[in-house]
Amino acid sequence: MSEKTLTRMDLCEAVFREVGLSRSESAKLVESVLQHVSDALVKGETVKISSFGTFTVRSKAARMGRNPKTGQDVPISPRRVLSFRPSHLMKDRVAAGPKR
Amino acid sequence: MIRSELIQKIADENPHLTHRHVERLVNTVFDEIIEALARGDRVELRGFGAFSVKARDARIGRNPRTGESVAVRSKKVPFFKTGKLLRDRLNGHDTGGPEFEGEDD
Repeated sequence: MSEKTLTRMDLCEAVFREVGLSRSESAKLVESVLQHVSDALVKGETVKISSFGTFTVRSKAARMGRNPKTGQDVPISPRRVLSFRPSHLMKDRVAAGPKR
Repeated sequence: MIRSELIQKIADENPHLTHRHVERLVNTVFDEIIEALARGDRVELRGFGAFSVKARDARIGRNPRTGESVAVRSKKVPFFKTGKLLRDRLNGHDTGGPEFEGEDD
């Protein structure tokens, strides 16, 4: 399999290339994008990026879980989880595969 | 928060950049992620989360209205897994700890 893993560095490189900002400023701004999205989510806001997708915070009730290895019951406390719903555009691009 | 609000926030913090630059910056970040996934690549943003592509097997689906069977072909779908730091922050464990702590599994 030939798939790669992209990181912040690759996003910074793209910003550097596409927007023409310095590498260090690109890095700072990519971080700032992620930070603002995270901060909004932590506040409980939904983050909706058109043609990308929607991040929603959902509250989960407490429930009894089980340790699959030992079979022991363990309580799972109520918690907030993040769910991401991809846009139609993203789904279509991913289903269609690489551009030819 | 929507895309335009995100752009506005970053523009406000960076008065030396034009609105147009910030718009292109934000669009580039999200477009790069989509293009990577379209190639079948993963995008791992430590502390935030990881975007990846999952394969779904072909299956026999059913039209819920008519009850008719339809063949659904195998396909690839985008998937997001929340990073450890963000997951902890959502649950109030806002340690302000290291940005690049190890991701679980």
